[in-house]
Amino acid sequence: MANEPAKPAPAAGGRAGMKKELPEHFKAYKGVWVFIEAERGVVHPVSYELLGEGRKLADQLGVELAGAILGPKGEGTNHAIAETFAHGADLVYLMEDELLADYRNEPFSKGLTDLVNTYKPEILLLGATTLGRDLAGSVATTLLTGLTADCTELAVDADKSLAATRPTFGGSLLCTIYTLNFRPQMATVRPRVMSMPARTDKPIGKVVMHPLNMAEEDIVTKILNFVADRQAGKVNLAYADIVVAGGLGMGAVENMQLVKNLAKSLGAEYGCSRPLVQKGWMPAERQIGQTGKTIRPKLYIAAGISGAIQHRVGVEGADLIVAVNTDKNAPIFDFAHVGVVTDAVRFLPALTEAFTRRLSPHNRDKLAG
Amino acid sequence: MHIVVCIKQVPDSAQIRVHPVTNTIMRQGVPTIINPYDLFALEEALRLRDKHGGEVTVLTMGPPMAEDSLRKALTFGADRAVLLTDRFFAGSDTLATSYALAAAIEKIGEVYGKPEIVFTGKQTIDGDTAQVGPGIAKRQSLLQLTYVSKIAELDLDGGKITVERRSEGGVQVLETKLPVLITMLEGTNDMRRGSMADALRAARSDLVIWSAKDAGIEDILKCGLRGSPTVVKRVFAPAARAEKAEQIEIRPAAIDTADALIETIFGTLPALETELVELHQTL
Repeated sequence: MANEPAKPAPAAGGRAGMKKELPEHFKAYKGVWVFIEAERGVVHPVSYELLGEGRKLADQLGVELAGAILGPKGEGTNHAIAETFAHGADLVYLMEDELLADYRNEPFSKGLTDLVNTYKPEILLLGATTLGRDLAGSVATTLLTGLTADCTELAVDADKSLAATRPTFGGSLLCTIYTLNFRPQMATVRPRVMSMPARTDKPIGKVVMHPLNMAEEDIVTKILNFVADRQAGKVNLAYADIVVAGGLGMGAVENMQLVKNLAKSLGAEYGCSRPLVQKGWMPAERQIGQTGKTIRPKLYIAAGISGAIQHRVGVEGADLIVAVNTDKNAPIFDFAHVGVVTDAVRFLPALTEAFTRRLSPHNRDKLAG
Repeated sequence: MHIVVCIKQVPDSAQIRVHPVTNTIMRQGVPTIINPYDLFALEEALRLRDKHGGEVTVLTMGPPMAEDSLRKALTFGADRAVLLTDRFFAGSDTLATSYALAAAIEKIGEVYGKPEIVFTGKQTIDGDTAQVGPGIAKRQSLLQLTYVSKIAELDLDGGKITVERRSEGGVQVLETKLPVLITMLEGTNDMRRGSMADALRAARSDLVIWSAKDAGIEDILKCGLRGSPTVVKRVFAPAARAEKAEQIEIRPAAIDTADALIETIFGTLPALETELVELHQTL
């Protein structure tokens, strides 16, 4: 039973754990949870994306979908609760405490671990953000359970266990990972990998309150200051509607201006493929792909990007992918929707000009007249 | 002061190819490197040592050939290198890896002095999980500072450290007590070239090579495949899309090709054109 030590694995015949035999004490673990990430009162959109995905898993399992919310009493947390229901949750587990006003590992990892140990979910999903990864790694280690990072696909297996698929080796391959014989099954998913579910106004449902039981003196780490990015003017590639990106085919660092010009004419964000960051042509925050940002814009224009798999996994969610490349055999034409086989350095200025002409109100008046 | 830096030897992923028929990684001929993210951690550790005195120990868990990466770290100026290698570690997931590394750090503390700081990179380029750092912190009861972009102040006498940490919406300035585990953000420093003296020392010095038993690990069941709650069930190549990209015909004048492309784009996304026209009216 539960208090017996794990049986030693047999010496031969492969891994004992390959057999799915959930120990009795884990069988009480039921339900799908999404950790609702709210930083300073603002819910990260990845939490809603996860609720959409969690809803599907919960329905397949025939269990409830819950949001786990940790935050201070007040408007921000109330908003998070309402939005969690509006994005598909059946119930909310709530830990309200002033000590949870800003993210710190100590109170959040204790809080989430306590919630899991008390209410026993079978699946726990978190966003693969800086906060989510900091927290998930701690909680999984304390619970001694499996954690699969950066999943791109989540599914329920025939025996009701979670099959978490993620890219590996920089996106060259995908692998499907199971957490055998431990609960909860934990996974993180990067922002924009899953689609945003439709929001429907719903009344607040069942909210289960649980105390943190900590005092400020128990927390060693102190927050001296917080400098918000809004003050510093930060890039928001992941959530941009239009993205223009350049790759090695842009030829020279000064040609990146052509990418920026096109982006500007479309009110778009600009980015780049990994080699450009490695060359120092662009900062890491502009990198698109498996090790950079995942994007899901309406329109993505890739200029001089060959389309290595590591780039592909970061852009596949775009509604329309346009590729400009001199090499007609470049892998990017395997997943782009529209291709232009030409030199991006010469083509981009023409495209910028053509867009500007077509969109400028002056010209449109003339066209209409 | 004693700093331990955990590094990992990884295949240079830029050069990885997948076998077109078997869908397996073709490792042959792929060079191995120190995980690039770990270099930012190592350089930060060396800078702290240069400023405050003390020693830097680099630690890796891996096959015997991981020695290459440890020697490389010595050429950059690390004082000591420990290789944790044992067949029992094969197939470790992040939970089992953090168990073994935490045990080795405990042993390093007993033999060479308890570290005030343990560093890791923010993640590896082969696994990309960012889970081993937090795992070590939890197992060693170290305070955890991830995605650190700057070490603002280290007060060894007071046992305190102040860092800047990247969060999703900004930068947190955090103060905490030593000992700590820090995962260092990329782009925070440039790795030094290393001196000739360090290169010579690296070539000559003996590495500390420990088995699981040497590192004081008694419970082998917590190591390797058997200590890993996660199991890789299936590995496969991403599916190719059925149809190739629709090609825009290249006209003699680039502007005509551009117009044709724009027709196609707005033909597919008519709502986007409306939004952009509105945007241009406000420009």
